[in-house]
Amino acid sequence: MSKINLIIDGQKIEVEKGMTILDAAKKINVNIPTLCHHEDLCVAGNCRVCVVEVKGRERLEASCATPAEEGMDILTNTAKVRNARKDIVSLLVSEHNTQCTTCYRNTNCELQDLAAEYNVDGDRYLSVLKPNIKVDKSSWSIEKDDSKCVRCQRCVRTCAELQHVNALTVSHKGNEMKISTFADLPFNEVVCTNCGQCVNRCPTGALTERRYFDEVWEAIGDPNKHVVMNTAPSVRVALGEMFDNEVGTRVTGKMVTAMRKMGADSVLDTDFGADLTIIEEGNELLTRLKSALVDGDKSIKLPMITSCSPGWVKFIEHMFPNHLGHLSTCKSPQQMFGAMTKTYYAEKKGVDPKDIVSIAVMPCAAKKYEANRPEMNDSGYRDIDAGLTTREFGLMIKQAGLDFNNLEDTEFDSIMGQSTGAGIIFGATGGVMEAALRTAYAVVTGRSVPFENLNITPVRGTDGIRAASIKIEGTLPEWSFLEGVDLNVAVAHGLKNARIIMDEIAAGKSPYHFIEVMGCPGGCIGGGGQPIPTNADIRAKRTKAIYEEDMSKPIRMSHENPEITQIYSEFLEKPLGHKSHELLHTHYRKRNRY
Amino acid sequence: MSNNKLKRADILFSSYSVAPYEILKRTMQKDKDFVINELTESGLRGRGGAGFPTGLKWKFFAQEENETKYIICNADEGEPGTFKDRKLLVEVPRKVISGMAIAAWACNAKNGIIYLRAEYNNLIPELKKEIEVFNEYAKKFNLEFNVEIYSGAGAYICGEETALIESMEGKRGEPRNKPPFPIQNGYLGKPTLVNNVETFAACSMVCRYGAAEYKSYGTSDQHGSKLFSLSGDSPKEGVHELELGMKVSDFVEEYGDGDTKAVQIGGVAGFCIPRKEFDTTIIGEGNTTGGATMIFNSTRSMYNVIHNYLDFFAEESCGQCTPCRIGTQQLLKGIEAVKSGEKPESYLDDLVKLSKTMKLTSKCGLGQSVTNSFSSIVKNFREEMIY
Repeated sequence: MSKINLIIDGQKIEVEKGMTILDAAKKINVNIPTLCHHEDLCVAGNCRVCVVEVKGRERLEASCATPAEEGMDILTNTAKVRNARKDIVSLLVSEHNTQCTTCYRNTNCELQDLAAEYNVDGDRYLSVLKPNIKVDKSSWSIEKDDSKCVRCQRCVRTCAELQHVNALTVSHKGNEMKISTFADLPFNEVVCTNCGQCVNRCPTGALTERRYFDEVWEAIGDPNKHVVMNTAPSVRVALGEMFDNEVGTRVTGKMVTAMRKMGADSVLDTDFGADLTIIEEGNELLTRLKSALVDGDKSIKLPMITSCSPGWVKFIEHMFPNHLGHLSTCKSPQQMFGAMTKTYYAEKKGVDPKDIVSIAVMPCAAKKYEANRPEMNDSGYRDIDAGLTTREFGLMIKQAGLDFNNLEDTEFDSIMGQSTGAGIIFGATGGVMEAALRTAYAVVTGRSVPFENLNITPVRGTDGIRAASIKIEGTLPEWSFLEGVDLNVAVAHGLKNARIIMDEIAAGKSPYHFIEVMGCPGGCIGGGGQPIPTNADIRAKRTKAIYEEDMSKPIRMSHENPEITQIYSEFLEKPLGHKSHELLHTHYRKRNRY
Repeated sequence: MSNNKLKRADILFSSYSVAPYEILKRTMQKDKDFVINELTESGLRGRGGAGFPTGLKWKFFAQEENETKYIICNADEGEPGTFKDRKLLVEVPRKVISGMAIAAWACNAKNGIIYLRAEYNNLIPELKKEIEVFNEYAKKFNLEFNVEIYSGAGAYICGEETALIESMEGKRGEPRNKPPFPIQNGYLGKPTLVNNVETFAACSMVCRYGAAEYKSYGTSDQHGSKLFSLSGDSPKEGVHELELGMKVSDFVEEYGDGDTKAVQIGGVAGFCIPRKEFDTTIIGEGNTTGGATMIFNSTRSMYNVIHNYLDFFAEESCGQCTPCRIGTQQLLKGIEAVKSGEKPESYLDDLVKLSKTMKLTSKCGLGQSVTNSFSSIVKNFREEMIY
């Protein structure tokens, strides 16, 4: 890459050709405010907040969208620039519903920050906010309030570029321009996967997750209810950010204490559900392989694809409705956990399942939707009664008046509170694959996977699609049909990459046996319900914390989890058995394409 | 320059005095660089309104090396009050297609597209006939250049060249960030030359007459002839071809109804010239050359005029960038509020400042040019804004 020289605020700087003025300024710690810019997304250059002066040009340039050029002399802090920025922020405020005190994003809003920074006078311009804007609350997961939209189109770019879903789009023009769905249909009727990536990137309160914490508080306050909280692996590596901890801080023990102090009757670990998923899904894979390879059953769909990520599941239902047979029939860890809570747990604890309220704390917006899927009540009760995001849960801790950072560390309750490192790594892209391989290889060969410390590094990383091949050698007699087989696996994260994987399958050209797909970039650690902001750097730090948590666990393979052994011997009997099919497996449906 | 009187020109609509595509044939016998140089020498500027030197644009486009290059004729004539491109396409389409073909030959492009505004779809059959004629001659001249017609969908913003390209690609008609410019990265990511209908017609006329003669028309700043779409309080509404560089007073004398109080030059994105400046304003110097010219007499309310413009802008902004989307609404609401007394007179000054910010920060020419008509009307007809 060739280098160019330019001057920013009097400071000479050498940067790579093609770099934007914004990024060049960042290199010398010159802070230029932005709004429509997000480092995960392509350049938009539409909010115009980041304008700067280029000497010799009359007009100001949007620094996010303008490449730095040789010899440019740039001024980021002149009266001309400040006045223009203030005007632009004032205009945005004039179009905005400024009821900040009642906004879910109050104190974590980029428009609010800008308005404060430029000390915007609320009377400067007349309000051009459209009257009678209705909040779309039709979805179980996401609420859309156009009165708070700044038209930055981050959500549109997220939905199109990162997720290839295109549920959100721009409609109309000029003063009527807005972010819309297909034919402006309500959210619950369109192709939206509920992944919440748009929510995570919305700078204001225009897109938020649907909140359930009032219902949760009510259940906690009801003496007749037995509240069981379970929490996903990614929450414990991100929740700390809500309390000013460094990104990547693990707060597992404090989180457990907080739940207990908030009044949960039992604080359990969704990772137990993850371990259970591995047993069921691993056996499903081996069964499918046997049927396909030994029995030659043509109806068996390979590759088999994971079904843990509800955004992904809804994506395939919408986009590839003729290929649902590739999905594992396993419910997600959350739903398995819920089903076991209302049956096995209820039995063991002697609680009537009708009195149990199961609450899942998740890094995810789609989990709320999943909890509400009508079929998720195989026990006769809802598997999960309410799903909370990491963000909602953080807010509840604040509402409870807890001094989170000074809470003591405590352990999960039992039963269904014990988990392995394999369950933990479900939180990062590649984790389900790694956990499955650790167990499947051990089941088939009686030995551990041939990787140092069980760390199957080829399936880790941040590439959108990663493929690996593992040769199975030295099989136990009952698995001899797998002797010498190269097990081809792939990992994809972000629905854009899921589409590539599915296009391959639809074309009949997929070389894989088993594929892990996570709906969100980075997997659950980058989930739509995680603290805002989330970006590549933050995802990397949360991922690192996930693998540290894995290494800290004494047991790192799902089938060695003693509580898993116990649940099979006492309740489920065997993987893919009668009870498993009834409670832990599910089915999918074809959905519309818009 | 100030001596310039109104002079009619008969260049663009002159009758076809030679065999079909004879200009193209003769031009193709010359050196390509020479032809591009002639265009530069002629001083021809883009006739769409932005006024970029055409020769320079062609030179850059010729330098782009790519197997696939596009030449687009911008016939999305959407500026309120302009209709000269339609007249060209109806009466002298051969000159327009010649201009495109000369560009194709000189700059090594093989694909030509006429982006026709949807309201002009009735022109398609005749245009197609002319394209067939062209194809015959192109074959004879050994010129590989395929011309197609693309019908727009009706948004004003699609006259902006990058929005036009976006719409041709099937996307929302929204202007792109520049750079990269269409010359490097245009339609389908390929080098693309976008010129206005009149510009292409003028190019073939430059080739016919030579740069020296073409340059002798007009002023030291603006050369050649220009089409004016004249409307409003004039007994002579219609398209007039004039040499650039006449005083507004001369123009008014010729075309006004004797009671002219203001002339809007360059369409709603241009400037509004009040009577007191008629003698000191030269058309084509320091103001835009879009071609839509409206004459207002003393019965007209300039408040209504600017209200009408702003209403148009607020609706026709693509809506993507903040200053244009909200700025146009604020200007519209703002003058209403001053008129009704909700805001003080001094609020007009705030609005003028806002329009200046729009000029400094908007993404494309639409938001950038609103201040032209707005400031000039508010400044010159302030009392009409208030009472």
